[in-house]
Amino acid sequence: MAVDSTKPRGKLWTWLDERVGLADLEKLAKKKQIPVHRHMVWYYLGGMTLFLFVVQVLSGILLLLYYRPSAEEAYESVQFLMAEVQFGWLVRSIHAWSANLMIFTLFVHLFSVLMLKAYRRPREITWFSGMGLLGLALGFGFTGYLLPWNELAFFATKVGTEIPGVIPLVGPFFRRLLRGGDEVTGATLTRFYGIHVAILPALTALALGLHLFMVQKHGMSTPPGVERRGGEKRVMPFFPNFFLRDLVGWLSAVAALAALAAYFPVELGQKADLFQPAPIGIKPEWYFMFMFQTLKYLPAEILGIEGEILGVLGFGLGGLFLLVVPFLDRRTARGEPSQLFAWVGVGIIIYIVVLTYLGYTVSPTK
Amino acid sequence: MAEEIVNPEPSRRNFLNWFLSTSAGAFLLAVFYPVSRYLIPPQMAESSTGSVTLALKPDDVKANTGQIFKFANRPAILVRTAGGELRAFSAVCTHLNCTVQYRGDIGHIWCACHNGHFDLNGKNIAGPPPRPLDAFVVNVRSNQIVVSRSA
Repeated sequence: MAVDSTKPRGKLWTWLDERVGLADLEKLAKKKQIPVHRHMVWYYLGGMTLFLFVVQVLSGILLLLYYRPSAEEAYESVQFLMAEVQFGWLVRSIHAWSANLMIFTLFVHLFSVLMLKAYRRPREITWFSGMGLLGLALGFGFTGYLLPWNELAFFATKVGTEIPGVIPLVGPFFRRLLRGGDEVTGATLTRFYGIHVAILPALTALALGLHLFMVQKHGMSTPPGVERRGGEKRVMPFFPNFFLRDLVGWLSAVAALAALAAYFPVELGQKADLFQPAPIGIKPEWYFMFMFQTLKYLPAEILGIEGEILGVLGFGLGGLFLLVVPFLDRRTARGEPSQLFAWVGVGIIIYIVVLTYLGYTVSPTK
Repeated sequence: MAEEIVNPEPSRRNFLNWFLSTSAGAFLLAVFYPVSRYLIPPQMAESSTGSVTLALKPDDVKANTGQIFKFANRPAILVRTAGGELRAFSAVCTHLNCTVQYRGDIGHIWCACHNGHFDLNGKNIAGPPPRPLDAFVVNVRSNQIVVSRSA
């Protein structure tokens, strides 16, 4: 499989090599190896998320050519895109579906890294940058949801921007900053647009660059369980063996995206009306559903504190806990089995799955 | 004093370090202060509307129904109780800011977002809302509905 580096190359290759150093790149690509073991299927999730992110960037750029970011024109411009522009419905559907799939693969990636303890030394910074990317992805989802300026998005944004507002002291200021005013209005739409297409992409480029650099530097983590079992260490070259397998995954993702976008094109719904009641069955994007559903169950007051403050505080602490897991999990750091953190991971997954399920099945009027 | 003559280097270096770092600090301040002020939206004058005459006629609102109307740039709700009385409240849910609605099937005000319930005095009776809805005063004058803030 290995290319003989001494074999004669073409003129173009030599010309490029002298200028950009192709031989160095080739050496780098050949050096990277992927451990082979029974958990290696999880290695594909990060690359899958990255691939879907690239789809997001490309389809997002296409959407920019027709979208108009103001309360007066946003809904109409999306309507025009869906009804008049050739394949407009397809581009928008791909963008929406790919966003959902990306968040899904990102969550699976996160929990597989958590369960396989890949966050342990020396990959803490990889973990932190990954958590940062999770935050950015959720930010993309939240800001992008508002842009079509429809009824569901309007109320989801009202609720979503009100939530940081319940934090004592800094909450109201932060809410104003997010909304671009005291209420969700056209100013919020314009602000979310800027965040969605400029601020978040810039931050993502930085965080993603760091993340990929760290992955490249440390290579794939072999799960501690596999390491402890010992035995012969099997590896496969990243290029071309693993890369070609990645490619099969990406092609499958394209096929799934095309099918989803074609058979289940995203809808636009009713234009946001600031003076209509919140529609029955209003719900956020599915990846916020477990938090949304939790807020429904919390009573107005718990031990004299407003229920929603406790809820928001709880999710904040949960996120913080996940972020600092590499420092909390001392047993894994020492190379011992860490049952507790495995169960915590399972607990979080079960909580999210159950609350999400309830969010979609419990009658909204009960 | 004598020390300075013997070895003038460190103090010149200190001076330059101090000079460069304060310049850099001032530069950053000059960039970030305007940017941070820029990001905070300007304060809009709070609408001082004390009362509003609705486009609705009293007969338009049937018993056991509710209507959303605009009161000082925010939604408000006008309810005609099953007994025929007109009442008005802020329609902004005290939980997380959604717009509430009147539900004839349960005979009181309800918020679709997180299943909050308010009775016909605006009091939060079930679900997560922590406070009652603000109540307004409704007056019917010669076939016109006038809603005003309570004094």
